[in-house]
Amino acid sequence: MSTFVLLLVTGLGLGALYFLIAAGLSLIWGLMRVLNFAHGAFVTVAAYVAWSVGHALPGDSLWLHWLVSLVAGVVAGGVFAALTEIVLIRPLYARPIGQVLVTVGLALATVAVVQGAYGTDPLTVPLPDALTKTTSILGALIPNSRLLVIGAAAAVLVALLFFLRRTRYGLIVRAGVDNREMVTALGIDVQTAFTLVFVIGGMAAGLAGVLASTYDGSLDPGRGTSMLIFAFIVVVIGGLGSVTGSAVSAVLVGEVQQFLNFYGASGTGDFAVVLLLAGVLLVRPGGLGGAAP
Amino acid sequence: MTERPIETADPATAERPVLLEVRDLSVSLGDSAIVHGVSLDVRAGGITALLGRNGAGKTTLLRGMLGLVARTGSVRLAGEELTTLRAHDVIRRGIGYVPENRDVFGSLTVAENLRLAERRGTALRYDAVYELFPELRERSAQRAGTLSGGQQQMVALARALLNAENRLMLVDEPTKGLSPLMVKRVTDALAAASRETTILLVEQNLSVANRLAEDAIVIDQGRVTFTGNVKDLTGDRELARRYLGIASH
Repeated sequence: MSTFVLLLVTGLGLGALYFLIAAGLSLIWGLMRVLNFAHGAFVTVAAYVAWSVGHALPGDSLWLHWLVSLVAGVVAGGVFAALTEIVLIRPLYARPIGQVLVTVGLALATVAVVQGAYGTDPLTVPLPDALTKTTSILGALIPNSRLLVIGAAAAVLVALLFFLRRTRYGLIVRAGVDNREMVTALGIDVQTAFTLVFVIGGMAAGLAGVLASTYDGSLDPGRGTSMLIFAFIVVVIGGLGSVTGSAVSAVLVGEVQQFLNFYGASGTGDFAVVLLLAGVLLVRPGGLGGAAP
Repeated sequence: MTERPIETADPATAERPVLLEVRDLSVSLGDSAIVHGVSLDVRAGGITALLGRNGAGKTTLLRGMLGLVARTGSVRLAGEELTTLRAHDVIRRGIGYVPENRDVFGSLTVAENLRLAERRGTALRYDAVYELFPELRERSAQRAGTLSGGQQQMVALARALLNAENRLMLVDEPTKGLSPLMVKRVTDALAAASRETTILLVEQNLSVANRLAEDAIVIDQGRVTFTGNVKDLTGDRELARRYLGIASH
């Protein structure tokens, strides 16, 4: 029983990380029709900025270091995303192939720059004691970092849904997912919504970067890219442009991966996720959440 | 070969000032040139009908005026040049746009569709809109995608009518695919709206154009082939056949 609970919560934690990356990807695709292969770079940059800020801070309080690092990582993710949208994506809106090439190039270049600056070996992340301990749930000892990631993802889901359903910009984003040109034809500057969505996506990815480091207790230059592959699968299963679909899909993917990797041969879970993708697309080509956020 | 537009003098319309002035407007979609150096005037007040066969370039012309597609030439609204502005800024100069396929946001409710059309700093005409289309108040919480075609057209018109500052409405085939009863509702709404706003109406239904409009502009293959009084066009079988390819009645 305790193993089952542990796998369940760990799968949920993994799904939470996927959701944080997938939510931004999904909104960016839904509104802007941009396949952002550089999204993993937002995760990586945020994680390394957070690590650097944590190391540069004076004092011994690990909590303070961790919290400041978290904020720095989220801000770095947002700023990097904004710059990417303004400098690289905006001139290429009419050229989708150009967008793919430039985001793939940025992803590769970012990993290379990070490797050049920090090396290829994983770096250890100093964590407050509370985040390295465990909590007993139904007999299973669950690492607190998993609970933190799940709580953070739930908070981001609630915040995103509030933004989408209760604010004017959220309304613009939902309408833009439906029909971008008509939003413009109502006198609304969709460009601002584009940048905003990129920043929100970048901040969520930044949060994922810092929380993934907390989850693993370390960080390496390839972490963002490896999570991005599964985040793309989450987005497609969840339905492009659907935040709630991404949340459900992320949990599904995380749990399938976790359970099958534990009970099956190594890599079974990863393979099963691809089968899950194919199955969902056969039954519901628009994904679980369709086009509605 | 370019045909010279036929001008018919009408003292009543000639006195009205020009609100929208289009000069030498050209629009291409991909490699295809759709609109070729169109020049036309829309006079302030009332309804001007923009007529033409299917594929003549009417919708592309409207989209070019708004900057929704790349264009060359000049578009002036009350003397202000619009082609230097981005599309959303063109709209903010006081234009309401009702696209050909209504383009309501299907996943949003009726109320959310209208809320999107609100512009800050302008008076909103919710009372007038709900007076014209009481169904929209009753169905405000319903997703627009689940409405009938006629009700979706009401939403599209309501969005364009909502802002009191709108000086011009560009309305693209609002009666297309609607039942006769709904055609009457829509034409009545346009007639009422035209008392406060100038309307440029793209219409295939000649009897609707004849009933609503004073001025008519005909385009064919992306070029203006007739400008003048709509009655002159619809009342003359030969002109109607020549410029629209149909006989009026």
